[in-house]
Amino acid sequence: MAVQPQPQMPKVWRTETKPHKFCPGCGHPLVLKAIGEAIEELVIEERVVFGCDIGCSLLAWDFFNLDSIQTHHGRTTPVITGVKRANPDIIGIAYMGDGGGYAIGSQHLVNAATRNEKITVFLVNNTQYGMTGGQMAPTTLPGQKTETSPYGRDPETTGYPTLGPEMIAAITGPNAYVARGTVSNLRQLKRMVKRALENQMEGRGFSFVEALSLCPTNWGTNAEETWHWLEEDMAKYFKVGELKVPGEAKEG
Amino acid sequence: MAQKPIEGEKKVFMTGNEAVAWAALAAGADIMYGYPITPQNEIMHYWTRLAPKYGRKFLQTEDEISAGFTAVGGVLAGRRAFTATAGPGNILMQESMCMAEMMRLPTVLVVTQRGGPSTATVIYSQQEVTMTCYGGNGEGFRIVYSTAGQQDLFDYTLKAFDVAWKYRFPTFVLGDGYQAKMREPLVIYDPEVRGVTITPSEPYMAKSGKPGVDRPPTHLRNTYNMEEELLAAVNELANAYAQMAPQVVESQEFETEDAEVVILAHGVVSRAAQGAVKVLRSQGYRVGHFRPITLRPFPDEAIKRVAEKSRRLFLVESSQAQFRKLVTDSLYGVSTPLTSYLKPGEGITVDEVVAEVKKLF
Repeated sequence: MAVQPQPQMPKVWRTETKPHKFCPGCGHPLVLKAIGEAIEELVIEERVVFGCDIGCSLLAWDFFNLDSIQTHHGRTTPVITGVKRANPDIIGIAYMGDGGGYAIGSQHLVNAATRNEKITVFLVNNTQYGMTGGQMAPTTLPGQKTETSPYGRDPETTGYPTLGPEMIAAITGPNAYVARGTVSNLRQLKRMVKRALENQMEGRGFSFVEALSLCPTNWGTNAEETWHWLEEDMAKYFKVGELKVPGEAKEG
Repeated sequence: MAQKPIEGEKKVFMTGNEAVAWAALAAGADIMYGYPITPQNEIMHYWTRLAPKYGRKFLQTEDEISAGFTAVGGVLAGRRAFTATAGPGNILMQESMCMAEMMRLPTVLVVTQRGGPSTATVIYSQQEVTMTCYGGNGEGFRIVYSTAGQQDLFDYTLKAFDVAWKYRFPTFVLGDGYQAKMREPLVIYDPEVRGVTITPSEPYMAKSGKPGVDRPPTHLRNTYNMEEELLAAVNELANAYAQMAPQVVESQEFETEDAEVVILAHGVVSRAAQGAVKVLRSQGYRVGHFRPITLRPFPDEAIKRVAEKSRRLFLVESSQAQFRKLVTDSLYGVSTPLTSYLKPGEGITVDEVVAEVKKLF
């Protein structure tokens, strides 16, 4: 009997660089799959510049058959802003983690959103710094143990998890698209990714999707615990849904 | 919309910042990304007034980190992109300029040096030499022009856009607050009428054709997993830089032929040195002046030649020996004695150079 092929992957995935370099059980490839499929359906492969940050997101630097630039920690937003400002025909994507977007690159994210830069930011939230070994991030949940909060995050001394899409929705104009998806609902995540890209293609303005994601390696969880953490614990703080949709009814 | 920013040649009376803006326009710069800092501001002010008339763009960013990285983005999109800064802003731009070094991205950065350390002053200074030449966690794979006045600022800003795209190394025009704010007569010109060509830019990203189908995708990274991989990448940069250096290196000599004492100075201090040579020669002193124009790459051969045939070297700079470090590194093995006159962050006049040099006779 012939070996069953793997599940269908987007053609924009570069086969020469697969298998990819993410850990088993990582959420990044799921987010990247949603992005790849959306790009393919929108037929914008020739126009995309894909920028990825430092941290685990950098492992996406050769992931796609797309022109890609791996930048510095937090600096993907300005690089893609610069690309887009110089050539508005390009569809600029900035791909980053929660540390890159909400900590070291937060001034860039806030100001790009305020200026209504016509770029798309995809931010993967896995509640800690993955690449550097599991330190506390702006998104770490209260009580969550990480390498730099070994007794659990104490909101008294380190605050509460950053609510990124809520912040972006508050500071953007009516032409921005803002949503939070999750890798536990890939169909919805892909719809959000597509709408975010369409917002840029139509020249409306800034678009931002946070994707709730998985890091069993640093969470130290088995499969069941991993999904419980995503769907139960993270869901308590991070509400999935569309926060801002230009001219249309919101989902979720 | 006017076709050319400058038709033919024009004699003008301008500040250095104005000269830089006109040079960037004449060079065909497409976009400036900038963040306010003194004494660089008027480069942006003139650019924001002039650029729209010639279809050029401007973005005011949230800080200098962003100005540097957006300039990197502009280059990736295939446009002649530049920015300008000083002092603490130069510190913040070192991050993006390191990335430009690693990826061979021809950014152009105009530095109007200010006093340091820290916020300090905004006038006369040469205290950003080390940072501009070797800043960041890099190896100094950059081109740095040290200008001595308004004409230089125009000529070398123009040249910066050419050599940056020709050799694909980040390129710096190193002036200072004094040149930035002072007015001098100069000639601005359309590069074409002088036969000056500016290397065309081209996109790194989003070239025509479907990536992975019609052409390989462009995948640029600055992260490496293995030591050997990194060493190979850095060796390649070092080789390319060494090959480029003789084409780019520039220096100037004033009456060095029979000079007993040679004054070593760069940038705005070179003006005091040039003035001192005139005065001292008129009084019968055999004094010359050597001025490196490129600090990176440094004119090693030319300075060695001059140093070897002179009796004594007199080095003068507006910094606590940042320029001297470049000189002594370059002159290793040359035994000509060297006297230094260091005034970090303070102006240097012809009179004091004359007085100091006379002590050596």
